[in-house]
Amino acid sequence: MIRFLGSRLLRAAITIVMVVTFAFVVLRLSGDPAQIIMGADAPPEAVDAFRAAWGLDRPVWIQYFHYFGAILQGDLGRSMRDGRDAIVLVAERIPATLALTLPALAIKVGLGIPAGITAALHRNSFIDRAVMMLAVAGFTVPSFVLGLLLVLVFAVQLGWLPSGGQDSWRHAILPIITLGIGGAAVLARFTRSAMLEVLGQPYIRTASAKGVPWRAVVWGHALPNAAIPTVTIVGFMVGSLIAGAVVVESVFSWPGVGRLLVVAVANRDLAVVQCILLLVAMTMVTSNLIVDLLYGLLDPRLRNQPKRAAGIA
Amino acid sequence: MSALVSLRNLRVSFDGQAALRGIDLDVAAGEAVGLVGESGCGKSVTWLAALGLLPGKARVTGSATLQGQELLGTAPATLDRVRGGRIAMIFQDPASSLNPVIRIGRQVEEALRLHRGMRGAAARAEAKRLFDQVGIPDAARRLDAWPHELSGGQNQRVMIAIALAGRPELLVADEPTTALDVTIQAQILTLLQDLRRDTGMALVLISHDLGVVADSCDRVCVMYAGRIVEQAPVARLFAAPTHPYTRGLLGALPPLDGPRRRLAAIGGSVPEPWAMPRGCAFAPRCAERSPACDLAVPDAVHLASGHQAACIRATAMDLLKETVAA
Repeated sequence: MIRFLGSRLLRAAITIVMVVTFAFVVLRLSGDPAQIIMGADAPPEAVDAFRAAWGLDRPVWIQYFHYFGAILQGDLGRSMRDGRDAIVLVAERIPATLALTLPALAIKVGLGIPAGITAALHRNSFIDRAVMMLAVAGFTVPSFVLGLLLVLVFAVQLGWLPSGGQDSWRHAILPIITLGIGGAAVLARFTRSAMLEVLGQPYIRTASAKGVPWRAVVWGHALPNAAIPTVTIVGFMVGSLIAGAVVVESVFSWPGVGRLLVVAVANRDLAVVQCILLLVAMTMVTSNLIVDLLYGLLDPRLRNQPKRAAGIA
Repeated sequence: MSALVSLRNLRVSFDGQAALRGIDLDVAAGEAVGLVGESGCGKSVTWLAALGLLPGKARVTGSATLQGQELLGTAPATLDRVRGGRIAMIFQDPASSLNPVIRIGRQVEEALRLHRGMRGAAARAEAKRLFDQVGIPDAARRLDAWPHELSGGQNQRVMIAIALAGRPELLVADEPTTALDVTIQAQILTLLQDLRRDTGMALVLISHDLGVVADSCDRVCVMYAGRIVEQAPVARLFAAPTHPYTRGLLGALPPLDGPRRRLAAIGGSVPEPWAMPRGCAFAPRCAERSPACDLAVPDAVHLASGHQAACIRATAMDLLKETVAA
């Protein structure tokens, strides 16, 4: 168990280092922040002074090590636009984003998994076909199209809900639904195929053959097995709680982390972009780690692998 | 003597393709019946159909009764009491027949709870006793093992323990040793014979191996393309096989004594379900085929006590033998 955890933690650390490095390199390659922030008309002396102030005049590799060293000390830099700590800027936005992504996650899980199970249990029936048709529609329509469609119907035509902003809970409804539907569709499809796979296994027939009522076969024998692939997808969704709403936040002018990212990228506000990417990488890596641990909990075959490997060696 | 289980004109089709084409079979209480034939002939489908274990797209007609109680189309709750409680079934691949995420002890205890109302410590103690009975060493500790921690033979013993948990009157063993090593095969077959002797339950042993069936059964049914083509007491079948297919199967067994000879293979292959001949399904591969074979599906002909064969030549040949003998 400790060896398992150790190897996963090491892998997680490597992933984060790679993300940090990649973000650093790409941002430095994609344009000069001094020029963009100071404006195209700025006098060259002012631009040079900006560069010197932010250390942008030093060689890139020195900037990198300086940046990396600062991260290790917990310093994620300051925004080049207003001079505040990047981490504070980002942290301020997190509650707004979670106010969308957490309810959306509940919709994805609460709608997608039961729909997938129902479809699998009624394979090839009307219910199955209807669920799958909706699911295909749900994840092929991009979220900005779906968002605009919902705005058109519920804000413009019916006038029931506001089309954007963050003034009351009613403003959150359309973005939450937009986020939730796509994820629910993906989960429904995954859950369905995982269930169908499991329902075709010999141990399901064994359970029926020993007289287990069908409901108990589904709940007690099929679902625990089908949960294993489904957990992967849910874990991925949990990992994107922070940064999964970039498009939807933009469509609905929702002041969350996603909007901050879009603005920061456009302005080449390096510290803020890097801070968000680091945060995203860390949430993703953490949720992957949790999923790995859950695998062990759900599937005894995976739990014992390190032990068996040790036995062979 | 009334039969424990009676199958009458049992037919199964998948998407319009016939898989079983009218099975008539009786199993008496305590009897051991072997069901032999090549893969795809319907041996397993027969019993899966009787217990309602086929997927929804299968169309099952005819009758399957347990002491007069019809099983086909019966209420799920009734069927759940029969399955595992009166008729238990074990399968070919023990490793994948056990639920990989449930401890084996709990899988036995589930059957004990369903059919004997046992729970908690009582169920656990009984599960341990069953593990001892089926020869799982260190039973108390093994109750908490997972299926993947056991060998194929051990898993099949667990499957048998689950089957015994409901004290069934009939155990259907569907190719129980096919996926196992030869030495383990013999152990499992011996175990099944011992259990039958000790519990008095009937046994249906499904196998493609005539040798396996000959050792363990009182009576053998030979199946071909969804029908029983010959049934007889074991000794009688080996001494006087009548259906050309049975004779073909016996000819394909290597002799244990005498000079080495080339094994006789049956030429051709089983007709596909969508190209089933109008007459005898074996006719296209039969060396003794006559024009009459293609006219209609031959009925089972009664030859001697408990011996029937579905071949139009069966009567004629028997008569001929008797004439020669006289």
